[in-house]
Amino acid sequence: MSSIISVANLSKTYGSGFKALKNVNLDIKRGEIFALLGPNGAGKTTLISIICGIANPSEGRVLVGGENIQTSYRKARSLIGLVPQELHTDAFESVWATVSFSRGLFGKPKNPDHIEKVLKDLSLWDKKDNKIITLSGGMKRRVMIAKALSHEPQILFLDEPTAGVDVELRKGMWEVVRTLQQSGVTIILTTHYIEEAEEMADRIGVINKGEIVLIEDKATLMQKLGKKRLTLHLQGRLDALPESLGHYELELCDAGATLVYDYDTKGERTGITSLLGDLRTAGIRFNDLDTTQSSLEDIFVDLVRTS
Amino acid sequence: MNHRAIRAIYLFEMARTWRTLLQSIVSPVVSTSLYFVVFGAAIGSRISQVEGVSYGTFIVPGLIMLSVLTQSIANASFGIYFPKFTGTIYEILSAPISYFEIVLGYVGAAATKSIILGLIILATAGLFVPLHIHHPVWMLAFLVLTAVTFSLFGFIIGIWADGFEKLQMIPMLVVTPLTFLGGSFYSIDMLPPTWRTVAMLNPVVYLISGFRWSFYEIADVSMSVSVGMTLAFLVICLVVIWWIFRTGYRLKN
Repeated sequence: MSSIISVANLSKTYGSGFKALKNVNLDIKRGEIFALLGPNGAGKTTLISIICGIANPSEGRVLVGGENIQTSYRKARSLIGLVPQELHTDAFESVWATVSFSRGLFGKPKNPDHIEKVLKDLSLWDKKDNKIITLSGGMKRRVMIAKALSHEPQILFLDEPTAGVDVELRKGMWEVVRTLQQSGVTIILTTHYIEEAEEMADRIGVINKGEIVLIEDKATLMQKLGKKRLTLHLQGRLDALPESLGHYELELCDAGATLVYDYDTKGERTGITSLLGDLRTAGIRFNDLDTTQSSLEDIFVDLVRTS
Repeated sequence: MNHRAIRAIYLFEMARTWRTLLQSIVSPVVSTSLYFVVFGAAIGSRISQVEGVSYGTFIVPGLIMLSVLTQSIANASFGIYFPKFTGTIYEILSAPISYFEIVLGYVGAAATKSIILGLIILATAGLFVPLHIHHPVWMLAFLVLTAVTFSLFGFIIGIWADGFEKLQMIPMLVVTPLTFLGGSFYSIDMLPPTWRTVAMLNPVVYLISGFRWSFYEIADVSMSVSVGMTLAFLVICLVVIWWIFRTGYRLKN
């Protein structure tokens, strides 16, 4: 898959001296959903702002659709739709007027049919004549998406798109995003909701303190970094672990009723077979067992902590 | 040239004018009418003619300039400050539109509003005093030039301001006093020689003088000097705006 966005050696230092981005290199593939994760202040919004033309880079180069965002900004920007994190809206404008304004701003001829389709897709059609100030937070968020889609972009940036949105609406938005991807739009998503990235993304990038810590296919990432937990529900309670099991990193939980063993799925040996053998030798029996896969959230927390 | 984007910004700004018709058009007209009542009727009745023109008629160009200057600045500064304040500026900055086109949209709309207002005030003045415009083309040219120049100045203030206080500061503390002291209500020749010299440092003197010449062929300074000074201010504003966009000052931090 070819790159639709190519970021090379990008750095941003603010006037205060704060380095928001440090030599960032990133390629976004055409047609994918890319989730950019990172804690507050990691540099996610700064990175998006530079790619979209809202902030100037200090160093480095960004190509969008093969066009340099500074020397060929018209072509580059016309490919992009941006949904910012904050709900920046023209409070006293109608939904129809503000979405139509966005289309004109991006140099596209009037196309009421397209605006109608976008508003209908986002369940905003019956609100088209309402002033934005009268809409709920979730609807305002959808108006922001409608504005970004008004000029038929090839790339859509969604900066925290479901922040403050209820669960039902969030799932509705995921549907919209999936439909957009099917129509060929590349989507870059920043989010605090790890399950959102887990649910939506094809690839995941993690940024921390202005540096890209990791970029990986979601499935590979889960496989590479995912840990599993084996929980054994014992027949009888244990006061302490026998010495023969000392070399395993075991943990006694629930007042000695359960035994927990964390293992790494990427390792050649998980140690489960020998552990079960040693448990039998030590005379420890169990009624039941279960395994759980660590979530992307666990992986993310680990990465941020160690980077 | 992204003419659709210019049109979108221009129409968006003009739509705001119609939405806020009362403060955009009606308030300045009411204020100007009050000036006519106070200065034209009350004070004017005690002042004989000024340079062969009745006092009420004499102050018309100054009153129009007073409104055009202040409204150009107010319209343009608010026009660009408001998206900064609400955050919607992100869309302007991320659109495939050049700095020149952004300025054309905002300043074009602000200047249009001021010109409409100037013409409405002119028509209002016609209800109070007899008017005869000697050079209507020059009058219109001066009106447009002043509206555009001071809309550019307002645009700069709107970018510079980081709060509503600052947005009001320069128009209130600098522009309004300069306009009042710039010969709106009197001829510079009526001042003592020392103050006449001081007054010549006020750029608004040249605007009002030139505008008044287009009405009555009477001026404190020659027409060419008036036009030259206005153009010089226009160029200064353009250079400052060019620098703002080149550096991203208060826009792209």
